[in-house]
Amino acid sequence: MSTSCLTSGLLYLLLAPLIGGLIAGLDRIISARMQTRVGPPIWQPFYDVCKLFSKEHLVVNRSQTLFVFGLFIFMIITGLLFFTGYDLLLVIFAFTLASILLILAAYKAGSPYSFIGAERELMQMMAYEPMVLLVPIGIYMVTKTFSVAEIVKYETPLIYYLPGVFIGLLHILTIKFRKSPFDLSSTHHAHQELVKGLTTEFSGPSLALIEITHWYENVLLLGIIFLFFAPIPWVGVLAALLIYFLEIMIDNSFARMKWEFLLKSSWWMALVFGGGNILLLMLLKR
Amino acid sequence: MSSIIKSPWVIHYDGSSCNGCDIEVLAALTPRFDVERFGIINTGNPKHADIFLVTGSVNEQNIPIVKNIYEQMPDPKVVIAIGICAATGGIFKECYNVQGGVGEVIPVDVYVPGCAARPEAIIDGVVKALGILQKKQEEWKAKVS
Ligand code: SF4
Repeated sequence: MSTSCLTSGLLYLLLAPLIGGLIAGLDRIISARMQTRVGPPIWQPFYDVCKLFSKEHLVVNRSQTLFVFGLFIFMIITGLLFFTGYDLLLVIFAFTLASILLILAAYKAGSPYSFIGAERELMQMMAYEPMVLLVPIGIYMVTKTFSVAEIVKYETPLIYYLPGVFIGLLHILTIKFRKSPFDLSSTHHAHQELVKGLTTEFSGPSLALIEITHWYENVLLLGIIFLFFAPIPWVGVLAALLIYFLEIMIDNSFARMKWEFLLKSSWWMALVFGGGNILLLMLLKR
Repeated sequence: MSSIIKSPWVIHYDGSSCNGCDIEVLAALTPRFDVERFGIINTGNPKHADIFLVTGSVNEQNIPIVKNIYEQMPDPKVVIAIGICAATGGIFKECYNVQGGVGEVIPVDVYVPGCAARPEAIIDGVVKALGILQKKQEEWKAKVS
């Protein structure tokens, strides 16, 4: 492993929570402005997390804490694998494992809210997983490698060859960022409703850890967007930020959809855009 | 400064209010008053909340519920009784099923008067509660450590 890979890994470890938290703060301000409100200060997510760490830790089931901690560790490992330039497939598998740990933690509590939250999260996984798998496949067909370090060095931006895969990825990013039409299991807005089910039974430090994990996750997802524009770094960063802004806009202008629509639309998008793109690549680029 | 006063999350429970005070609580969340400016979130989940807003009096039916919500909230926590009903029972005091104010069942830290309490008064009450919350946190930390 080269030193540049090591430094980027270290930078991720240290800066991802900061960047993720700042993005979350900006997100809340922009959302508030879109609703003609003033919104909280930009540091609000950090205040929230600090407060949660200083509260009493109520635990329903002791293994719950273990799973939350596992989720935190695995999300960091996933990010490290990605940012140190390891295998993209390994990144995807570690990512899936982290998501599974969150679901297990929610299942542990036995409260109906958290149970339904876990079930909905599973449903969401079912919806986005096919597209998540198509992304490395598409990238492999262009670059002939799964290694992130090699993919970044590929001379043309991947978006030229993989616009369909990218559109499919955008669709499932709405699920992963927990944005509105598809925020069925946990959301940033409707705190009193069933759609916040996944985190119902976590309090204090556990909830803080879940929040920080979400920041790590968001930075990783933005990194995957960057991968599509890697040869021109500033375009990559700009695209990642622009797409996050787009997600906020979608979040504030769409009603929440039912799970049937989530599942159908995600699979159709994966099949038509992801699958179609890969099929074309197979035919045209030998 | 402690972070707890910058991020007070509330849970709102409607005892047997006439809905007047509830509407005012919700009005505080609307763009006009926008309490999210102060980091206040209406969580609706006792396990996430720091401040318990109760509107309306307690009656035989909701005593266990009020107690349950209070006990599920992690320490440190404060309770705000909003409206005359929550303070003493108000115009419902003479009803056969009404016990009186919320103070009969759980310890109340701040009383916000009014029928209905105005959003400004509610925000004022929450700000007052923040001082108490901070004090409680210090006491709680000393007790734990
Ligand atoms: S104080 Fe007045 S407005 Fe509030 S719940 Fe009681 S009767 Fe209704």
